[in-house]
Amino acid sequence: MKWLSRIVGFSMCASVKYSSRGPALIPRMKTKHRIYYITLFSVVLLGLIATGMFQFWPHSIESTADWSVDRRSVHDAPLVRLPVASSIPERGDLSCRMHTCFDVYRCGYNPKNRIKVYIYPFQRYVDDVGAPISSTGLSREYNDLLSAISDSDFYTDDVSRACLLIPSIDVLNQNSLRIRETAQALAMLPRWDRGMNHLLFNMLPGGPPDYNTALDVPRDRALLAGGGFSTWTYRQGYDVSIPVYSPLSAEVDLPERQPGSRRYFILSAQTAVHREYRAELERLKEENGEAVLLLDKCSNLSQGAVSARKRCCRGQVFDYPQILQESSFCVVLRGARLGQAALSDVLQAACVPVILADSYILPFSEVLDWKRASVVIPEEKLPEMYTILKSIPHRQVEEMQRQAHWFWEAYFSSMKAIGLTTLQIINDRIYPYAAHTYEQWNNPPIVKWSSVNSPLFLPLIPPRSPGFTAVVLTYDRVESLFRVITEISKVPSLAKLLVVWNNQNKSPPEESLWPKIAVPLKVVRTKENKLSNRFFPYDEIETEAVLAIDDDIIMLTSDELQFGYEVWREFPDRLVGYPGRLHLWDHEMGKWKYESEWTNEVSMVLTGAAFYHKYFNYLYTYKMPGDIKNWVDAHMNCEDIAMNFLVANITGKAPIKVTPRKKFKCPECTAIDGLSLDQTHMVERSECINKFASVFGTMPLKVVEHRADPVLYKDDFPEKLKSFPNIGSL
Amino acid sequence: MQAKKRYLILLSAGACLVLLFYFGGVQVPASSRSPSRRDERSRNGFYPEQPWPDFADSLQAFIPWDQVETEDYNVHTSPRQKRDVNSSVYKGRRCRMDSCFDFSLCKRTGFKVYVYPQQKGEKISESYQNILSAIEGSRFYTSDPGQACLFVLSLDTLDRDQLSPQYVHNLKTKVQSLHLWNNGRNHIIFNLYSGTWPDYTEDLGFDIGQAMLAKASISTENFRPNFDVSIPLFSKEHPRTGGERGYLKYNTIPPFRKYMLVFKGKRYLTGIGSDTRNALYHVHNAEDVVLLTTCKHGKDWQKHKDARCDRDNMLHKCVFASVPLTFLPLWPSCEAACVPVMLSNGWELPFSEIIDWNTAAVIGDERLLLQIPSTARSIHQDKILALRQQTQFLWEAYFSSVEKIVLTTLEIVQDRVFQHWSRSTLMWNSHPGGLFALPQYSVYLGDFPFYYAALGIKPYPKFTAVIHAVTPLVSQSQPILKLLVAVAKSQYCAQIIVLWNCDKPLPAKHRWPATSVPVIVIEGDSKVMSSRFQPYETIVTDAVLSLDEDTVLSTTEVDFAFTVWQSFPERIVGYPARSHFWDSNKERWGYTSKWTNDYSMVLTGAAIYHRYYHYLYTNFLPASLKNMVDQLANCEDILMNFLVSAVTKLPPIKVTQKKQYKETMMGQSSRASRWADPDHFAQRQTCMNKFASWFGTMPLVHSQMRLDPVLFKDQVSILRKKYRDIERL
Repeated sequence: MKWLSRIVGFSMCASVKYSSRGPALIPRMKTKHRIYYITLFSVVLLGLIATGMFQFWPHSIESTADWSVDRRSVHDAPLVRLPVASSIPERGDLSCRMHTCFDVYRCGYNPKNRIKVYIYPFQRYVDDVGAPISSTGLSREYNDLLSAISDSDFYTDDVSRACLLIPSIDVLNQNSLRIRETAQALAMLPRWDRGMNHLLFNMLPGGPPDYNTALDVPRDRALLAGGGFSTWTYRQGYDVSIPVYSPLSAEVDLPERQPGSRRYFILSAQTAVHREYRAELERLKEENGEAVLLLDKCSNLSQGAVSARKRCCRGQVFDYPQILQESSFCVVLRGARLGQAALSDVLQAACVPVILADSYILPFSEVLDWKRASVVIPEEKLPEMYTILKSIPHRQVEEMQRQAHWFWEAYFSSMKAIGLTTLQIINDRIYPYAAHTYEQWNNPPIVKWSSVNSPLFLPLIPPRSPGFTAVVLTYDRVESLFRVITEISKVPSLAKLLVVWNNQNKSPPEESLWPKIAVPLKVVRTKENKLSNRFFPYDEIETEAVLAIDDDIIMLTSDELQFGYEVWREFPDRLVGYPGRLHLWDHEMGKWKYESEWTNEVSMVLTGAAFYHKYFNYLYTYKMPGDIKNWVDAHMNCEDIAMNFLVANITGKAPIKVTPRKKFKCPECTAIDGLSLDQTHMVERSECINKFASVFGTMPLKVVEHRADPVLYKDDFPEKLKSFPNIGSL
Repeated sequence: MQAKKRYLILLSAGACLVLLFYFGGVQVPASSRSPSRRDERSRNGFYPEQPWPDFADSLQAFIPWDQVETEDYNVHTSPRQKRDVNSSVYKGRRCRMDSCFDFSLCKRTGFKVYVYPQQKGEKISESYQNILSAIEGSRFYTSDPGQACLFVLSLDTLDRDQLSPQYVHNLKTKVQSLHLWNNGRNHIIFNLYSGTWPDYTEDLGFDIGQAMLAKASISTENFRPNFDVSIPLFSKEHPRTGGERGYLKYNTIPPFRKYMLVFKGKRYLTGIGSDTRNALYHVHNAEDVVLLTTCKHGKDWQKHKDARCDRDNMLHKCVFASVPLTFLPLWPSCEAACVPVMLSNGWELPFSEIIDWNTAAVIGDERLLLQIPSTARSIHQDKILALRQQTQFLWEAYFSSVEKIVLTTLEIVQDRVFQHWSRSTLMWNSHPGGLFALPQYSVYLGDFPFYYAALGIKPYPKFTAVIHAVTPLVSQSQPILKLLVAVAKSQYCAQIIVLWNCDKPLPAKHRWPATSVPVIVIEGDSKVMSSRFQPYETIVTDAVLSLDEDTVLSTTEVDFAFTVWQSFPERIVGYPARSHFWDSNKERWGYTSKWTNDYSMVLTGAAIYHRYYHYLYTNFLPASLKNMVDQLANCEDILMNFLVSAVTKLPPIKVTQKKQYKETMMGQSSRASRWADPDHFAQRQTCMNKFASWFGTMPLVHSQMRLDPVLFKDQVSILRKKYRDIERL
């Protein structure tokens, strides 16, 4: 947009200029005609100028149009000749941070919280004598990287909307670059603007003899995604540390190996290990024998790709990287550079890397927890390596092997993975409130699937004082309802009573007919007779604790209810209820079965009388997986089973059954009570369990063998001194 | 006449038009042609909108096969020399652990901290005194500089604002004259304020040499990553130990309170940070976004005073609270359970090295200040629920007392020194936090009782029984032998360890009954009470069943307790329970063994807990408390309950027991039981108060429930019951 307005600005100037010259050129014309011609002339001239600008403006976006797509060879890309004296950017500023060197306004407020990335069209740069600035030109890897980015949803072809700009100048390997000319080429980029919001990818920085740990090409304020940063060159929170891509990744297809113990304990398969370190490794081998395997380059093989995949030890030839799979730990020693492509090979083979590279910033360390996938040992402690590694518990080694392989798969395996991870990290910085979580970055899919992060994770026993809100679902059993209300109103911690009137054909009784109770009583009329109405997060529920209760549960004493509330306070993240039920695996039928008999185990509590956190009302109403909610409403059954599934799935915890079993429903309603014993009812409930288990994709319910009773329940102790004496009486 | 000129003009205009079409024409066909090309590309299987061309050439790899590692480096520099060069080059502002810290000092004795003796006549501020005593009371402290790995000055460096009354003069010469100073190597300097109004440069007024800086409000520019530690700012009223729990008592849903966003803080009307704070005024709408500032600062603040200076305790009513980090401590929002909104351009967040602030706060960019209300509104209530709990967790774990701040700082440095035993991000950022999760115990997260859910794993389904034997084995009818047999019969028992803490020599092997599980007899080192909580290598299971020798338990009871423990692996699950109460007459904590309606402790004479607590008891608690326990030969169970409740913030769990248990335990006075001692009870009372003062707060929590088997005492055939023995007398 800014650019466009600049064009308009230009044309305004132009029109003023030419119209002022008009009168001198056409002095005696009639004013009307004169104006007409002048306008025509200036319009045409203007058009010409504008067109000319579009055509010849050297670095405008329209040069993309110049890039014709059917020229699908790098050699056909437009050639840019760098003038000898063209400017060079400043060296990277070490104090750059996102808030000083990055223009966040370009990223704007973005409802999708996604940055937009623009890639400069490909051009070939040559110096004034026509020699290219890089010996490889565009490398295969950089090409892969850029096409992956352009395929991703980060990409935009509109430079004016871009938050991040990526030059198409390949600087992955500093060795193949002419530093001065590359810098000049960067500075010539049309939007360079002192490198603001530009991102460079470099994997092999520095060159002999001192091997700097960051790219030597002067780059102003550009962000650097570099492999091999040291703590002195890495600008924390600005640069991104990336891995050195291993070309073997794409070629080698290692068979999947389960974590476990392996033939060798420590393996070193790097070539060109410095002789000082090799001597120390040799010493380790002498001390520990077979457990340590040291490999080196094969001297007798011909050079080239074949030799890169072989390693030798005293004449014995091993396949690389297959041999990495035979070892528990693999040494990744620093070379001239800190970043080593071997790290990628090691991770791929699910071998735990032992990283010896002082001051090295590990790849993607901003988001990846390397402590769960690697062992970092100071170079000085190389002789102690064996002892240190031996002290690691076996299960941790397996865990690290799994984690290492997952890191490779997700973040190292291809240039695409590396590129998109880098962009995601920058994205997380710009929209920190929408950033990926630690778990998203670090947990392999199997852990993501099996782990639970309870939404109520803080260990907290809420105070007694706010009390609970009782929610009574009723249809038309007014008499029974009133009895329930009268009973519940005796519970000391009751804060409010909410009656959910689920009968659309009949109005609730007049206000004067309701029992007089000490706490507020509200009646909510529903639009449809649905079971899910009982779990709706009504605004009227102002307490955390909700007691869901059916309109026929009159057998619970006030002591039992108060005790249930006390137990809920100790377990606010669970369902705490009275009637307990169990699910069982029916081996004959090969499916789940519902059980309501007197069992020694419990995996569900019925919500006909249960305490739970109001948060679960939200989950039930808005986050219930699949079609369960509609299914329950359609079948008018199993809402309690659905609630049990939901809570167990998100918290990973079993419900708590409180107090001894009793006949819950009123003695007069035996006819209705008979219903739950009804065979078809049981079949239907079993169907529900099977249906829900298939929707959840797992059986989240947890079976326990305990229930909660008051501390002194049935103890030989005067009843009147007990807090909850009236429990378990029939 | 004019016609001629008119034609001329027309002609030239026409020529221009032709030119225009000529140039424009190049583009028109190009743009009209491009869709057809796209079709062509999509036919070839490319995405039509893919703008990066798909090159047909075979491109070279960025790194040739034979050049993966350069050989010539081998010839040139020795890596050892290179390391030496690094450590001589990177000094001062470029200090890092690799170049300015001497790791060899920590090799011999582990991570020990030395505090210089206090010199007479040096005045030390209350806050700094608190820091020093927190270090001296910690397990890291050593009084021998020869053993130390880290040094802390006894000169007050907290307030380096020259205008402050706490300012210590001539620090430069005082520091230089310390003979252990060694140019600051392996020293850590605590600082809260530096420079002075209005610029607050980060100059401490003396040369810190190679010392690390633990400083509040440190700018990213001056912050040396992995070397300095950014600490939170705290006031002199901040408690030394313990500290209040946060104000989040309810996880109310929906989380919206009266105000959505509150900005509160000291506002400098001029000088540093005033711009942002004045800009904040533009987002104030008096309805749900409110700006509150106190302007009291310096002497002439009245002159600059305006209508926005106010004082109110509105934080309790808000969801988000903005924290311009520069000079405001984090407390108000942490304590009030508001989610902090941090506008921290250029400032390093407290403990940024270990805390994942994105899970606890909304990090805003000061440049996008005006977007903050809409960003805050867009955050889903699920996320707010999580942010609030995490804020409170962090507050309780790392910030609520001076001791926690200091210990966190030391642990961060220790993690750097012993990298291969350091905490993972998960350990720092999940309950119970890094101070209670010691990586020296194990680097495997599954060995701790806290991470089973997060890793999706379960504890090992067997236990190790540890029987504490103090009386010699004389008869075959002694309770210890019955106990051994009963425990060994449990289907979950993996092994039994008899800890022989008796002065008499070990009985012969054949005296022990034959059992199906291995019985290992260990002789206690010094035969002291604490040795029952030693983290013995022989304990291989996650669960430990701790038993007194005179405990009476049936196999069923053990089985049931273990199944309960599997649901609560981080708590103590056991039989006899005790309670504590506040004795307001005597102004101290009371201990009771009476039958009460609630309890807060479960005696470790018969309890199951995770073996990690053995490690924590031995390595986390200070020698002073353990010595007290050993001298009294009492209170070890109380201390264990204090410890576990301090970690979990939850009560222990009592399971049901046969009724004769209590009587047997208390009644067998014929034996030389410690329970028979009349002093015993008074000692326990004293212990409670001593422990509570060390923890700085009372960690015990009451519970009113007990866990029974599902069919316990139900009116149903006993044959249906799995744990029927528990009901039989």
